[in-house]
Amino acid sequence: MALPSYATPIQRTYYYAYLFFCCVVFFFLIAPLIAIVPISFSVSPFMLFTDGMLAWPPDPEAWSLRWYKNMVGMCDSESVSSTVPCANKWMIGTVNSLFIGIIATLIATTLGTIAALGLSRPNMPFKGIIMSILISPMIVPLIITSAGMFFFYARINLVYTFTGIILAHVALATPFVVITVTATLVGFDTNMIKASQSLGARPFRTFFKIIMPLILPGVISGALFAFITSFDEVVIVMFMASLDQLTIPKQMWAGIRQEISPVILCMATCLVILSIILLSTVELLRRRSEKLRGVSPH
Amino acid sequence: MVTFVIPIGDMLTRSYDDSQINTVFPNTFEEYKKWDKKDLPPEAVYKALFEELAYGKKIQIGRALTRMNYSKSGWKSLIKKTSRDIKKIVKSGEFPLSYKNTLIDINEDWADPTFWYAMGQMTNEITPIYYWNALDRTYDDQQNVVLQEENRRLYMATWIKTFKVSIYVTFFCIVLGFPVAHLLANLPLRYSNILMIFVLLPFWTSLLVRTTAWIVMLQRNGVINDVLVWLGILSDEGRLQMVYNQTGTIIAMTQILLPFMILPLYSVMKVIPKSHMRAAQNLGAKPALAFWKVYLPQTIPGMSAGGLLVFVLAIGYFITPELVGGKDGQLIGHWIAYHLKTSLNWGLASALGAILLVIMLIFYWLYNKIVGIDNIKLG
Repeated sequence: MALPSYATPIQRTYYYAYLFFCCVVFFFLIAPLIAIVPISFSVSPFMLFTDGMLAWPPDPEAWSLRWYKNMVGMCDSESVSSTVPCANKWMIGTVNSLFIGIIATLIATTLGTIAALGLSRPNMPFKGIIMSILISPMIVPLIITSAGMFFFYARINLVYTFTGIILAHVALATPFVVITVTATLVGFDTNMIKASQSLGARPFRTFFKIIMPLILPGVISGALFAFITSFDEVVIVMFMASLDQLTIPKQMWAGIRQEISPVILCMATCLVILSIILLSTVELLRRRSEKLRGVSPH
Repeated sequence: MVTFVIPIGDMLTRSYDDSQINTVFPNTFEEYKKWDKKDLPPEAVYKALFEELAYGKKIQIGRALTRMNYSKSGWKSLIKKTSRDIKKIVKSGEFPLSYKNTLIDINEDWADPTFWYAMGQMTNEITPIYYWNALDRTYDDQQNVVLQEENRRLYMATWIKTFKVSIYVTFFCIVLGFPVAHLLANLPLRYSNILMIFVLLPFWTSLLVRTTAWIVMLQRNGVINDVLVWLGILSDEGRLQMVYNQTGTIIAMTQILLPFMILPLYSVMKVIPKSHMRAAQNLGAKPALAFWKVYLPQTIPGMSAGGLLVFVLAIGYFITPELVGGKDGQLIGHWIAYHLKTSLNWGLASALGAILLVIMLIFYWLYNKIVGIDNIKLG
């Protein structure tokens, strides 16, 4: 969208001001994520840019990998201090987060896909109500969800168990799967199901040979959303996990509140990289899905 | 689904449920209801109370005491002292002739009618007291609903603050999001896809990562203060305090919720034909007028969708205010968590949650009316 050549100087000024404003907003969106990366390589035990890091030419003394080593549990004596103890809490947290995340994703993806397939049938009764209930965990504040789940799971003795956390995460993650799969089902030609059935395929075979390949991109991106939701969730874990059930977000929360150490930033940097990977995967899948369904992009 | 709807329902019942105390003192309350509420209760009430304190389970009584203290402070110590003495009497085997006089002998507070009036709040299985507490109200001695004492008022101010912060955040999101969405919608696809990453990446990044990042940016020795000092705008001593207060909360929440505003706006602006603006200008409208009269009205669905979404998410926000907000930036979510985890006043936590839920559902319903819930898109 360029300016026409006949634009007046005032219009030009407005136009450049507008572009500048947009750049500022983009900067506002992305700057915090960029800023943490260099600080995580700092030597200093405080989360800030030291003079050495800003010096030119760069001072190699000011940079180090010590916090990364600390994060994976490799500690040399100098990086262990009273404020930043060396512990492999982060690695335990990673394992737990992955475990909870993967199981919750598998369940949520299965349930969400089935729900979306059911909801997309034209003759489904109470479609609107079911849809809004299904979506509501996305909108209801997490603190309310966790309060309710805490009370309820306390009653059925699921508090402080992995089962409880996983079930809670499934409830949170399912809406994302429902939404993405529903989106791929738009423009789905139901005649294909009829065709397959009239050619003698059983419903099971129809599902795996016809429906599944077509909705697969939606299912996968839904699964990725579900995974990141569970992987990133802290409030429920805080209420429902026992002290030794660490996850990455819980550890980060504790880190921000108590021991402010650059190890948090190392983990944050890793998570930013993870989100870049997930984002690109989802983007690729979306384009592929649009191609598959013959919907031209935009 | 069961794992979501039932817990919420369970929480709602807790917000008005008062049955626990009724299982501890059933006879006392039964006799209490027969009392004409004048002077002091009759002997039968004292007798029932005596017996139920003497033979009740200790844990159950303990739980009931916590509840009794919510309606009038002083109950807990009164009952604890009394039941200790009652246990002694029961052990000695000499049962008193007048239970009323015995109890008053043990502690003269039993002759204080205000305690007995306060008991009236608890005799029903359901109670509105948690809701009144959540709105800074309580019962006075005559059982009228009144405002809490000045120094105990807390929640109304927090509710107002929650709304204020949410409105600020929504407003800033519209102001910042509108031009960006406009730019993204009007650029050629090649560029807008690249710029879209700037919007989607924060959307995909962990909330805690972004919150941590904002603490790093905003703290006294943080990046923003450094830059301002370096540019000479601030002196080294005059560094701004931007984190651990309301300003920090608003800044961080705006950035975190901005993608939720840009994405709906973008999808609406994408389908507005560019020819409309040109047509308006051809007909003689100045660009500003054409924008105001032709373009802006067409973006209203997007703005209301994004605005409602941001507002709804903002009023229930917990993580960011808790970490960035310090003392001054706490929103209502903080108190729900506090009563859930620290003070263990679950009834009050549920009542606060229920009020928040109702407010949220109203906006959710509005959103559904205006936008339609199945139109939510991710990325």
